[in-house]
Amino acid sequence: MAILPYLIAIPLTAAFLTPLFAKRMKAAADVIACAATFFMMAVSLAVAALVLQGRAPSYNVGNWMPPFGIQLCADALSAFMLVTVNLVGFLIAVYSVGYIKSYTDKWKYYTLLMVMMAGVNGLLITTDLFNLYVFLEIASIAVYALVAFGTEPTSLEASFKYAVMSAVASSFVLLGIALLYGATSTLNMNDMARVIAASGGTKLLYFVGMLFIMGFGLKAAAVPFHAWLPDTYSSSPATIPAASSGILIKTLGIYVIARIFFNIFGMTSAVSSIIITLAVLSMLVGALLAFGQTNIRRLFGYSSISQVGYIFLGLGIGTPLGIVGALLHLFNHSVAKSALFLNSGIAENSEQTNDLKRMSGIIAKNPVNGYSMMAGALSICGVPPLGGFWSKLIIIFACIQANRPVLAFIAVAVSILTLAYYFRALTPVLFGRRPDETATRGGAKRSMAMAVAVAILAVIVISGGFLLMPNAGNALLNNAAAVLVKGSFCVNPGVVR
Amino acid sequence: MTVYMLCLVLFSIGLYCVLRKRNIIKIIIGICIMGYAVNLFFILIGYVKDGRSPIYAHDQAITKMVDPLPQVVVLTVIVLGLSITLLLISIAIRLYEKYGTFDITRINKLKG
Repeated sequence: MAILPYLIAIPLTAAFLTPLFAKRMKAAADVIACAATFFMMAVSLAVAALVLQGRAPSYNVGNWMPPFGIQLCADALSAFMLVTVNLVGFLIAVYSVGYIKSYTDKWKYYTLLMVMMAGVNGLLITTDLFNLYVFLEIASIAVYALVAFGTEPTSLEASFKYAVMSAVASSFVLLGIALLYGATSTLNMNDMARVIAASGGTKLLYFVGMLFIMGFGLKAAAVPFHAWLPDTYSSSPATIPAASSGILIKTLGIYVIARIFFNIFGMTSAVSSIIITLAVLSMLVGALLAFGQTNIRRLFGYSSISQVGYIFLGLGIGTPLGIVGALLHLFNHSVAKSALFLNSGIAENSEQTNDLKRMSGIIAKNPVNGYSMMAGALSICGVPPLGGFWSKLIIIFACIQANRPVLAFIAVAVSILTLAYYFRALTPVLFGRRPDETATRGGAKRSMAMAVAVAILAVIVISGGFLLMPNAGNALLNNAAAVLVKGSFCVNPGVVR
Repeated sequence: MTVYMLCLVLFSIGLYCVLRKRNIIKIIIGICIMGYAVNLFFILIGYVKDGRSPIYAHDQAITKMVDPLPQVVVLTVIVLGLSITLLLISIAIRLYEKYGTFDITRINKLKG
C-alpha cells in the first residue's frame, strides 16, 4: 500500500477544505486542522513502524521509475524527522484552537499552517533535489505570510526582512542545484551521490557546498545568517516561533544540510570543520546575546540559535555517537522550545506584555503554564533527569571520544551560560511576586486546548531521555544515525508500491 | 563559458541591488533579477546550439537534442518566483500603509 503520498495529501486536502467550510461554520477550521494533523501523526508513526520492520515505504510519482521520475521514499532518518515534526505540528494545531481566537480570520491561519505542513512533510520524504527545493519554497512562502498574520507594523516589517533574506538564500540554493545538475546531469539524490562517488569529486563541489551552506544555513539560523530570527520570533503569533523553531529550522535547515553533506557529497574533513565552525559560533554568539534580552520571545530565539549550534556540533563531529546525540538533541530541542514558545503565548495573554521585567509569578497564577515552561527551560539548560541533559551529555562524550577536548569544553561552557541566562531571566517570571500589579491585569482567558497542548508537551519534554532506552525509540535513533554514517539512503530504490 | 559568466554577473547585480538599495520596491526588483539570472543559467545548462526539441518520431534520426529537464524545472521556478514576488509586493503595500515610506532605513521598529 502506498502510504507516503498521504503525508502530503492530507494537509493539502485540509488546506483546501478549510476555506470551503470554515467561512460558514466557525468551528470547522479547528476540527479540520486537528483531525488532519492527528492523521499525519498517525501516518508518520506507521511509516516509522514500517521502517523499523525493514520494509521502508517508497512511491514513484506518476509511476516513472527513478532516476527519471520523482521518487518519494522514507528511510530511518526521514521517519525520525517525520515523527518529530508531526508530533509538534499536532500539538501546535491543538494549541491554536484556543490561541488564535484573538485574531480575525482564523481559517486563513489554518490554511497557511496546513500548506506549511505539506511543504515540510514533502521535503522530508522526497529523494529529488529539485522537488526538495519546491517543497522548501512552499513551506517558506506559507511562513512569510504567517509571520505577517498579525498585520501589526512590526510583524509586517519582520515578515518583509525574513522574506527578503530567505528569498536570497533560496536563490543561492537554486544556483547550487543548477551547478550540481550541470556537473552530474541528474536530479535524483541517490543517483547524484553515485555519480559524485564515481567521479571522485571536483573543485566545483566546494563552490556548490558553500552555496548550500549559505542557503540552508540561513534557513537553520546558524550564526552569520541568524539576523532574521529574533525579529521574526518577537513579532508574530506565538505559534509561529514554535512552528519555526520546532519544525522549520529542523527540517529546512538541519535535515537538508545533513542529507546533502552526508549522503550526496560524502563527509570530508573540510566540510566537517566548516560545520563545526558554524556550530561553535552559533553556540557562543546565541548564548552571549541572550543575556541582554528583555523580550521573552527574543530570549528564547537567541537560545534557539545557541541550541541549534549543539545539533550542528554533533553532526560536524560525524562519529556515530555524535550523530545520535545530534538527532536526540534535535528531538528534545523541538519539543522543549515549542513548549517554551507556546507557554510564552499563554503568559503574554495573561500578563498583557512580553517584557520579562514586567512578568511575575506565573506558577502561582497558572500552574500548568508555569510548570510546563519550567520543564522546557530546564530541559534546554540540560538539568539531569530531563531530555536535554542526555542529548548534551552524548554530544560532549562524542567530542571527547573524537579527541576534541576543546569542543567538549566549549559545549560544557555554553551549557553553563545557558543555565545562567535562563536562571537570571525566568526565576522572577516563574516565582516572583508582585501582588499590586496582578490585581489590575485580571483579564486572562484560560483555554482548555492551550493547557492540554502545553501539558502534553511538558510530559514529552520530561520523558525525552526515554528515547535512549532499548526498545523505545533507540532502534529508530540508531538507524537514523546509521543512514548518515553509511552515507546511503532509501533502502529499496527500485521497488514500486 | 562567457555566457555562464555573464549569468553570474547578472546574479551579482541582483544581489547588489538587494544589499545596497534603500527603497523596498528596488529590493524586490533585485530579488527578481537574481531569480531571472538563475533561471537563465539553468536554461543554458540544457541548451545545445542549433539543437532541436526532444520529440521522438519514427522517421527522424535524433541528433543534437536540447535537454528538456531544465526547461521544465525553470517553468516551476518561475511560478514559485511569481508567488514570492506577489507576497513581497503585498507586504510592501501594507508596510507603506503603516509606515508611510518605502525607505528600508526608516522601517526600523525592530532592533536588538
